[in-house]
This record gives sequence, structure tokens and C-alpha cells, in this order.
Amino acid sequence: MTATPVVSVRDLRVYYGTPRGTVRAVDRVSLDIGEGEVLGLVGESGCGKSTLGRGILGLLPDGAASDGEVIYGGKNLVGMNPKELRRLRGPDLGLIFQEPMTRLNPLMRIEDHFRETLEQHEPKLSDREVRTRSLETLGRMGIPPTRFRQYPHEFSGGMRQRIMIALALVLRPKLLVADEPTTSLDVIVEAQILGILSDLRRNFGTALLLITHNLGIVAEACDRVAVMYAGQIAEEGDARDVFGEPAHPYTRELLRSTISLETVELHSIPGAPPNLIDPPNGCRFHPRCPSAMEVCASRDPVEQALGDGRRVLCWLHGPDELIPEDGREPLEREEIAIAEEA
Amino acid sequence: MADDVLVSIRGLKTYYAIRGSFASRILGREAGHVRAVDDVSIELRRGEVLGLVGESGSGKTTLGRTILGLVSATEGSVQFEGREITKLSERRLRALRREMQIVFQDPHASLNPAMTVAQQVEHPLQIHKIGSGAERKSRVAETLSIVGLDPPEQFLDKYPSDLSGGQKQRVVIARAIILNPVLLVADEPVSMLDMSVRAKILELMLYLKRQLNLTYLYITHDLATAKFFCDRIAILYLGRIVEIGPSEAIYADPKHPYTKALLRAIPDPDPRRAVPRDLPPGEVPDAAQPPLGCSFHPRCPLAFEVCGWETRDLRDLLESRWAMQAQEDYEAEQALMGNLGALDEPASHVRLKAGSGRMGADVVALLESIRAASPDAPFWKGIRRIAADGQFAEIEWHEPIAPRPLDQGETTVECHLYDEDALAEAERRRGGTTAVGVETV
Repeated sequence: MTATPVVSVRDLRVYYGTPRGTVRAVDRVSLDIGEGEVLGLVGESGCGKSTLGRGILGLLPDGAASDGEVIYGGKNLVGMNPKELRRLRGPDLGLIFQEPMTRLNPLMRIEDHFRETLEQHEPKLSDREVRTRSLETLGRMGIPPTRFRQYPHEFSGGMRQRIMIALALVLRPKLLVADEPTTSLDVIVEAQILGILSDLRRNFGTALLLITHNLGIVAEACDRVAVMYAGQIAEEGDARDVFGEPAHPYTRELLRSTISLETVELHSIPGAPPNLIDPPNGCRFHPRCPSAMEVCASRDPVEQALGDGRRVLCWLHGPDELIPEDGREPLEREEIAIAEEA
Repeated sequence: MADDVLVSIRGLKTYYAIRGSFASRILGREAGHVRAVDDVSIELRRGEVLGLVGESGSGKTTLGRTILGLVSATEGSVQFEGREITKLSERRLRALRREMQIVFQDPHASLNPAMTVAQQVEHPLQIHKIGSGAERKSRVAETLSIVGLDPPEQFLDKYPSDLSGGQKQRVVIARAIILNPVLLVADEPVSMLDMSVRAKILELMLYLKRQLNLTYLYITHDLATAKFFCDRIAILYLGRIVEIGPSEAIYADPKHPYTKALLRAIPDPDPRRAVPRDLPPGEVPDAAQPPLGCSFHPRCPLAFEVCGWETRDLRDLLESRWAMQAQEDYEAEQALMGNLGALDEPASHVRLKAGSGRMGADVVALLESIRAASPDAPFWKGIRRIAADGQFAEIEWHEPIAPRPLDQGETTVECHLYDEDALAEAERRRGGTTAVGVETV
């Protein structure tokens, strides 16, 4: 845990209104990210991880309601007026998207992208300074100055993602959210980008929230990891500790089902993540959990601190005084049919 | 054995014409070709799973589509059960497609959002006019059960938007197998799915292979899933197979530097294993103008004299240097080097005009100082001669040798590191370089 986090999220809730009911995409999430720290946020699609990332930056679409606290620089970003929030975006808060192709304007040179960004947020910079700042940031991402005047289509996918990262970093944000930044890239290029991202903390001191579905990426690039399931943080802690010895059964099952070169046996988690309009009672993972107990189906789990800065939302870790008698008996369940699978 | 072979591919080339400018299109000039598949020969044996592994731009998808006749071959032959298919008319091909089917990467995009599950899965039977209405209905239900969508009644009337990603991919697979194909081409069938679902779909595909005696061509960029799924693996780079062999051999003892790099780059959830930082730089180059010699040489840590060093490698070297320099330094060096346009034309020899007011000797001095900073970089092995000539600097690289497939035990690899002749030739040239000496200022 860091002493003075760059951003402090407390009991953040983000709800979407839909014709079928209210989707509770983020449900009372708390987390901190310190200066120069990389926090990985992992989970399956639909677990609310992207919504959480956007919720932190105040970039939610119309029809979403949020509540709780996102404390940045002593101010709560939730409920802040849009004008004030817009001023923070760029120099303070940055976002890197998944699809670099769709985020660069095909009619604008790379130079113009940087000029526009810097003029918007730092209008006092001279032309020469704009150029120097841009080239320096691009250079750190491995983009040569000779290509400054080229158009986005003249770059490969990996280079476009480097340009996107540089475009976010040129304003030197203190907090950066990267939403699946390597998903559409090839494996060698992905490794290059991960190297760049994990060097950010050294070079820029940026606090980074790295959102991904790939556990391998978290292990490579992150200091800490938060595992998200059905809108909640199931487990959070030091990335090595969490992956070395997962405390939550969901983390354990997710790790087992990840196919890597070391995998010797295919494994999958039965069932599918719940819909977030009407999530299961008690622990949201209990219908799929191989370690589920009686208590898990009836009572909401209580967050437990495990020492070494780890916390977990699972009855296996207590608190004992809240578990009723017989509550630790294995939960009897119906078989999950393939029909209900993801 | 010959009758074991289901698909036989010989010298296959699939080129896409590049449409140039408006003017050249009117005048009918061609702007060149993208060599998506460039001289590939492989055999697909009945009942095996062959993996085609490569990055985007490697030609793996085009190769899969050419085999199905979805893209027409430029040259070479594809024989399916002994029948040549590259020359078949669309009508004859359509009949043949009952026996070969494809599963695409994105299950959402593969399904028609306005058709129910029953309609989608029945569609191939209608197209090929198989069975009566009632027969089709029961066949659809039966196939849905086989792919795990059981009981089928629960799914028949659903639309794709009602299904999860894994369920959609099961529908796509049901539609692909309902005609009882012999060959199934699976193009990244699990890469859009969540980790927790991938294993289920792979297991389903392995189950179907046993039940229906299928042969698979598994196209992927992911060597981790391929390890589970494939009997043999072909590694593709810029349209060529650079290494092919049984899976165990490829994973236990990869030969080609590219295969080694691909394997090392896979992020592992085990935090004790970190991806190394010394991975090949850059990305898969443009297939319209592939590098000279071995296509992988610009990124290869082990490339040497005969691998095809050339003009564009010098541009890359300068640009990656400038990316890391302070603005004044790079601007000074760029002014000295002048216009680098001459380096865009692939060649093993170039006369480079120094920047205005500068001499060839200055360019040579700069290059020599770059060499002195990292003399072991593979690029310098490729240099045969650097010399100043008035305003010009003349740079000559060793002539490239085209790599050829070489048998290395169980695997076949296309790399000069395993080629006695290429190694000997490089040795000879190395001697030559020292004898001639590098002419400098």
C-alpha cells in the first residue's frame, strides 16, 4: 500500500439503465493507485472492468449513474461539473484505448495530433517547444523523428499504439488508464508495448491502471493486481502473491483456465458470469465456485484483509463469527448444464 | 503414404495486386503485388491437426482461404483428395465445399443477427438442397446437441444477441459441421473468447474431430493454444513457411530464430517467469516489398553476412538511433546524412549523397562511429564496403542468398544458420572483407 495514492476510489458504484432493468456494472469498488505504480485490473468480459476504468476518469456514457468517491488531488471526481473535469483530462488524467486505428484521425499528420493536444492543454508552449516535447515523447516510444510528418495509415499497428501512448504521455498525466492496450497486437509487438508500459513508472512516475483479460500481461507488467468479478473486486494484492498463491477461488480457477506454454491440462470454469441486472444472492461467484459453502449462497461476503496488503471477498477467509453454524458445509448444487455456459 | 494425404499443396503463391494511383489505374499500370503466400508446399494428412502459426501479415489466413478456394491462387497447386481445386469454377467449388468448411474468428460477425439459431444452422442444408424440411429440422437439433447446445429446443428460436460468446461459437461450429465435412479450417476460433471459455471450445473441437473423423487446419497467432491442439505446426513469416514439424519438436527444440522469438514472447501468468526484453525489434514488414534474402533478417539477432542486408536496413538503423537522441543531435546527423530517399529502393549497393555542404567522408565517419558504439550488431556483418567518393558515400552489402528449406531431424527449417553452404560462403566473404579492408577516411 502506498502512503499517498494518486487516486483513491471509495465505494464507487456505476449503474446503467436498460430496458431490462438496472445493470450494476460496478458495485461498491474501492482501490488506490500510488505514484509510479501499475495496478492490473483483470476479469472476464462483462465483469465491469472497462466501466470501472471509465468511471474513474468520469468518462461514462449518458444513461449511466455513478456514486461514491474518486479522490484525485483532494477532490472528488464523481459529481464534479463537466467543465472542471474536462480541464483535468489530459494533463492529469489520461486514457489509452484498445483500438489504435480508430482513435487517430486519418486526415491528420502525427505532428498535428500532437500540436492539437498540446495547444489545447498547454497554450503557452512555443512551436519549438511543442516539437521538442512531442519528438522526445515519441522517441521514448521508439518512433523516429523522421516520421513526425506522416499520416496514421503509414504506420503499423504496433507503431500506432506507441503513438497513442505517446499522445497520452506528452501531457505528462499523473494517472493513466490503459484499456486492453495490446489486445489487437501480435505477440512480439505486445511484449514490446508491455515493456514500454512497465517502464512508464520509472520514466514518468505515472500511476497506471492496466485493464486486461489476459493474466499473463498482468504478471508481466503490474505491481499489484485487482481481480474483478460481476462488478466487484474479488481479490487484490501484490501481483506475485496473488498469482503465486491465489486466495479467492475465482482467481485460482481463472489462472487454471489460462492456456500458456506451461499448461498441461485444459481447464475451464463451469457456467457463465452472471448478468448484472439480477446477480445471484450471497457471493456472486457461488454458483460456479468449486469451494462454495452453505453460507456463500445466502450471505454477502465481507472483505477480509490477509496481511501483506492483500484483501479478498470470500467466506473461505472468514470472518468466522459471521458464518452461521453449518455454514461451512459444502454447498449442494445442481449440475451446471453446458446450455448455461459462457 | 500417399493415400493418407487429404490436401496436397505444391509451390502455392497467392499474390494480391496493389491498385496504385487513380492515373495508373486508368492507364492499366500495375503498382506491384503483395505476396501474401509466397511459394508454400505442405501436405495435410487425413485426421491430423495442422497449425498455421504466424503474426498478422504472415499470410496464414490467406493460405487457409486459398486452400478452400475462397481466394484464387496465383500459381501452384492445391489438391483436395487428389482433385486439383485451383482451377475449378465457382459452381464446382461450391459442391466441393460440402466437404470443407471454415470457422471464423469472430463468432458475432459470423452469424446473421436477423436469423434464429435454427435458421443459421439449417442454412447450409438448404443451400445444398439436402433432405426434406422435417429431415433438416431433426438434423439441426441433432447437430446442436453434438456441439453441446443441449437440449436444442432451448436454443432453436434464439437470436445471436441472446447468446454468450462461447455459445455463439458453438452455433458457428454446428453450422460448419452439419454438412459432414472432411476438412475444417478454423481461423482463430478462440482468440475472441474469454480465457475461461477457450478451453471448452478447444475441447469441443477435439471431441468433434474424434467423433466425425475431421481433419483440422488451425490458423492462429497463439502458440500456447496451438501446443494443445496441433499434431504438426507450420510457422509462417511473410508468406513463407520458415519452420515446420511435429508439435513436440517445435516446442522442445525450436530451430528458427523467429520461432524462438515467438515462443519467448508469450506472456506467462507465472510471475516468476518474465518475458525477456531482448525480443526482435520492429514488426512484420510490408509484403509488397519484402526484405532481400531472408525476410526475417532485419529483426533477427543471429543474422549474418549472406542473410540479405540492404539499403532499408540502414534507414532503420539511423531512424532507431535518432528516436533515442536529443533533438539537436538528431537534427545535426540528419542534416549530415541528407536525403535518405535513396535508401527506400531495396538494393545491396547504394551511393548516398551527403547533406548540403557535407562530404561523403563525413557520412562514412558517422557510420563508423555508429559501428564503433555497437560493433557486434548483426547489421555490420552485412556491410562489405563503405567508402567516401567526393560528395557521395558508397555503401555495399554482401550479396544475399535466398534461404531454402533444410531438413533438421523431424523439422524442416528455412534458415541459413543450418545451411552448410551459406555458412561456408559467409566464412569466405568474411575473409574477403578483411583482405580488402574497409576503406574509410
